Amino acid sequence: MKDEMLRVENLHVSVEGTAIIKGLDLTINRGEIHVIMGRNGAGKSTLANVVMGHPAYEITEGSIFFQGQPLEELAVFERARAGMFLSFQYPAVIPGVQVGTFLKKSVASVRDEAPKGRAFRKELTEAMSQLEMDKSFLSRYVNEGFSGGEKKRLEILQMLLLKPSLALLDETDSGLDIDALRIVSKGINQIAPQAGCLIITHYQRLLDHVKPHFVHAMIDGTIVKTGGPELALELEERGYDWLDMPA
Amino acid sequence: MNDDALEAVGDYRYGFHDPENATIRFDKGLSEQVVRDISALKDEPQWMTDLRVKAYRHFEARAMPDWGNCNLLDSINFENITYFLRSSDKTEKDWDNVPDDIKNTFNRLGIPEAEQKWLGGVTAQYESEAVYHSIREDLEEQGVIFLDMDTGLKTHPELVKKFFGTVIPHSDNKFSALNTAVWSGGSFIYVPKNVQVEMPVQAYFRINAKNMGQFERTLIIVDEGSTLHYVEGCTAPSYSTDSLHSAVVELIAMEGAKIRYSTVQNWSSNVYNLVTKRAVAYKNATVEWVDGNIGSKLTMKYPSVLLKGEGAHAEVISVAYAGEGQHQDTGAKVHHLAPNTTSNILSKSISKKGGRSSYRGMLQVMPKATGCRSKVVCDALILDDSSRSDTYPTMEIGNATADLEHEASVSKVSSDQLFYLMSRGFSEEEAMGLIVNGFFEPFTRELPMEYAVELNKLLELEMEGSIG
Repeated sequence: MKDEMLRVENLHVSVEGTAIIKGLDLTINRGEIHVIMGRNGAGKSTLANVVMGHPAYEITEGSIFFQGQPLEELAVFERARAGMFLSFQYPAVIPGVQVGTFLKKSVASVRDEAPKGRAFRKELTEAMSQLEMDKSFLSRYVNEGFSGGEKKRLEILQMLLLKPSLALLDETDSGLDIDALRIVSKGINQIAPQAGCLIITHYQRLLDHVKPHFVHAMIDGTIVKTGGPELALELEERGYDWLDMPA
Repeated sequence: MNDDALEAVGDYRYGFHDPENATIRFDKGLSEQVVRDISALKDEPQWMTDLRVKAYRHFEARAMPDWGNCNLLDSINFENITYFLRSSDKTEKDWDNVPDDIKNTFNRLGIPEAEQKWLGGVTAQYESEAVYHSIREDLEEQGVIFLDMDTGLKTHPELVKKFFGTVIPHSDNKFSALNTAVWSGGSFIYVPKNVQVEMPVQAYFRINAKNMGQFERTLIIVDEGSTLHYVEGCTAPSYSTDSLHSAVVELIAMEGAKIRYSTVQNWSSNVYNLVTKRAVAYKNATVEWVDGNIGSKLTMKYPSVLLKGEGAHAEVISVAYAGEGQHQDTGAKVHHLAPNTTSNILSKSISKKGGRSSYRGMLQVMPKATGCRSKVVCDALILDDSSRSDTYPTMEIGNATADLEHEASVSKVSSDQLFYLMSRGFSEEEAMGLIVNGFFEPFTRELPMEYAVELNKLLELEMEGSIG
């Protein structure tokens, strides 16, 4: 039986009165990897942010469900605690807050209990070595002075520790070199079997490492075409213009 | 009092008070007789009585300071304050002998526990006088003197007479005159040459009675080549009427000495906290003020350093947190009087719920002081639109060789930061608390661990109910 993680129904979203998403439907089940591709401004990041509950976006029509529950009443942190995770395209800098402290407190909030000292350190060390992150990361301030690649690795590290049921990855592959891309993909592949994954990307190259079940092409706030991995290749080769034609 | 003010009082976790069991309590109000009575009660030498009386007359004649929030100062009613209150007949060396209600207070504040764990000595002052005092034996054996000021005057009158009022004369300002007239309690420390005091020594000041005035007087002399870290904490119950805390702290760092003086004041929001703190640093000496201002109604405090000897260094790191109905008017003053002296000033402030924080600084380089360096950094974080932050830096530079840097920033918590943290499971209050703790981190990392943890908890509590 299918285990539904995310269901988006006829979603319309605006920001400051401008419609961005204009009637979007999407269902993601546990174990499925979905990829959304599209031009800049198509509404891809808006979708990820609105699912996570960003207050700047207004849902004007339609609904979002997480594990069958409507999300509208849930605050952002409650969504996180329920098992949703967003890997940010541009993660915020939190000056003066050490990564180690931040991770521990975040895990404590999401798991609703303080992680046990030794067990948590082991878990953390394992996850970090998997992502080829040096221990010195832990004493740095959250995202302060981080390179693009370091930021993305920290996002994936958080995902591994928080073990979400729904992972939204917003251009996690942007700005990564080949090695970083491989490492980040490893993290995604580890989470994917137990979660529903939504990957937003411009490029096909991530898909050399992560095998999606569905690829969606998004244009002007709606999904205009859905296919398998071959669609990603086609979009990269042909661009989006051929999809602009009315069906 | 409106509902919000009540709510703010409820937030303050040290706002409890004990029954007032004074053994001696003076009537409210101030006169020359009150000053003489305090001196007589303490059985002081004549020179101290004379100094008090002179200071009192100066206080009477002296105008309010014009540096700081002068409008709020005018609302102090000096006649509605109790100037002396003795709550225990002697200073105990054993916590067990301290009267139960006072002991319970300090237990709730965690002082005896801290002493066992990480302090070289403790003095606990309740109202006007110390009720408990102890110092580690090994420090005493090395000749370190750590006493409450009253006992210091009794047992080391020549040393006190030599240095008392030399850094901050009674005529410095109206409040130093007031303190000199009615001072009681405080710490007296002398560290002999070449002694490194490894563990911090701590003083804890607690006001318990209503309309109380606490006027402790601290004098610290660290002789050549020695080091000392002194820590102080302050709390008071929350009353609807005002109390006054007006201390004078004088530090003397002899050649090559190092003094670090750390304060976290968390007075309740009915306390006027008007403190004069100044240090003299001789050749190659270092003085560090680490100054945290979380509580009080109005704080006016500008820890100062006179860099008198060549190569001396001053460090002033301060944080201020101004919540509802609070004005933290704080800063630093550094006077470069000798060549090749250096200073760093870091000031960080947070304003919330209509609170106001001001940085007021003075940096002076005298004409003969060549080759001086100074860096001043002021960062303000404003949590909502009703709050305020100002910066009043004054610079008097008399020597063109000085190398000076000044940076100032004002920021707000961004919605991106909040959304990011909330997406990681933090509620809005928790997210604010984390951002605030992070903002103060350059200060907290300078505090002893135990203090830092306590301060972080305190700030997190302050953030509760701060949203909306």
